[in-house]
Amino acid sequence: MHLNMKIGVLALQGDFAEHLAALERIGVQASTVRLPEQLEGLQGLIIPGGESTTIGKLATAYGLMEPLRRFAERHAIWGTCAGAIFLSKDAHRRQPLLGLMDIIVERNAFGRQVSSFETDLDVPALCKVDPQDRPFHAVFIRAPLIESVSGTTQVLARLPDGRIVAAQQGRLLATSFHPELTQDDRFHRLFVEMAK
Amino acid sequence: MEQQVATFAVKKGLAQMLKGGVIMDVVTPEHARIAEDAGAAAVMALERVPADIRAQGGVARMSDPELILKIMEAVSIPVMAKCRIGHFVEAQILEAIGVDYIDESEVLTPADEAHHIYKHAFKVPFVCGCRNLGEALRRIGEGAAMIRTKGEAGTGDVVEAVRHARSVMDDIRRLQNMPEDELMAFAKDLGAPYELVLETRNQGRMPVVNFAAGGIATPADAALMMQLGVDGVFVGSGIFKSGDPAKRAAAIVKATTHFNDPKILAEVSRNLGEPMVGRQISAIPEAELIAGRGW
Repeated sequence: MHLNMKIGVLALQGDFAEHLAALERIGVQASTVRLPEQLEGLQGLIIPGGESTTIGKLATAYGLMEPLRRFAERHAIWGTCAGAIFLSKDAHRRQPLLGLMDIIVERNAFGRQVSSFETDLDVPALCKVDPQDRPFHAVFIRAPLIESVSGTTQVLARLPDGRIVAAQQGRLLATSFHPELTQDDRFHRLFVEMAK
Repeated sequence: MEQQVATFAVKKGLAQMLKGGVIMDVVTPEHARIAEDAGAAAVMALERVPADIRAQGGVARMSDPELILKIMEAVSIPVMAKCRIGHFVEAQILEAIGVDYIDESEVLTPADEAHHIYKHAFKVPFVCGCRNLGEALRRIGEGAAMIRTKGEAGTGDVVEAVRHARSVMDDIRRLQNMPEDELMAFAKDLGAPYELVLETRNQGRMPVVNFAAGGIATPADAALMMQLGVDGVFVGSGIFKSGDPAKRAAAIVKATTHFNDPKILAEVSRNLGEPMVGRQISAIPEAELIAGRGW
């Protein structure tokens, strides 16, 4: 159990239940966030996979954009897939973005659903939570790519051809893929460490 | 390791990304843009919404690929399209043009009265309708990666959607309380594959994402289905057959997210204009009902 640690999952749309289940598996208290006041008392927030346009519109409609930006000044945020797009500065398209991370993303970078795929990735940063250095099995669903990073952003994982699929900037984490769709909880444990 | 495409995890995964969302029927690229602007998680591209198919009669087939492609170009969200039950060549065509999901749908006229498509043979994932758990698990056995309760499409009457969702939830609850030695007979009664019955029991839910469809016309209808335990909703005729589609679409999206918050539901339900003109299902002759299509 992680005492006094509570992580929120943005539950506007998408696979938030899968993130809640993953947090439960590693013994972390978790709650859903649909309105600004539900950010109170959280040490970190996960923005799940889903449709980034839907999540952005609902976040705007319910006054979450500024509270989320303020939350990021003190706490950790992790975006998976649509969540990573939402964290980015630029997605080459007009849609609501938090603009918190110095990353530029390309939406649906691999094409349509028939090109969605699974693959193993080397993620050296996961050694912080598990010294056993084994690949991370990653599921990409109509996934975005992290086209480029700037500022203090560090690349955490690349595809074999060099394209970026995970990055970290301070207490902000972005992954193109979905650790919540697998039983491997190392990314969730890494995020909990970042939120401490 | 090489990249693996079209695995069941990847097919099921896209449906998981649609959870908590609304999938809207659209018949033009303009509709599709209105749906995306309103916050739809995906659109269903088709030539006629179910209410028009019902009104016009005749054989309802897969839509013109040209129309589907134009809708795919118009929006960045996933695009689904319907093929007839058992019509695996329509499905091959939809896969070839690159739709994100195929709905093997009872709303179209069935092409096979005994068999559904063997969906494991495709790279593209399928969603199928069900009226009960047995029908759902047979479809998953054939390869469906997402399920929707059928309701009665094109009516604007939510009663069948409620009946089908309740039936599925009831069977799952019974399954969880059942001793192991009764499971085989239960699987036999359901007409469902035994392994999928076991998996449903272990997970305490349908093994794939389960949306509601067929008759949802208001934000309250959407929230009702969510509170009954489905993962999201399809809205067909309910949006573009109403007085103010853009406003109603946005309201149904909000109601699906905040389904447990009556204050927000009251707020989004205000001033939506005329809903679609519904047809009470109990007044429709049995031969015109479509939920019974599927085997």
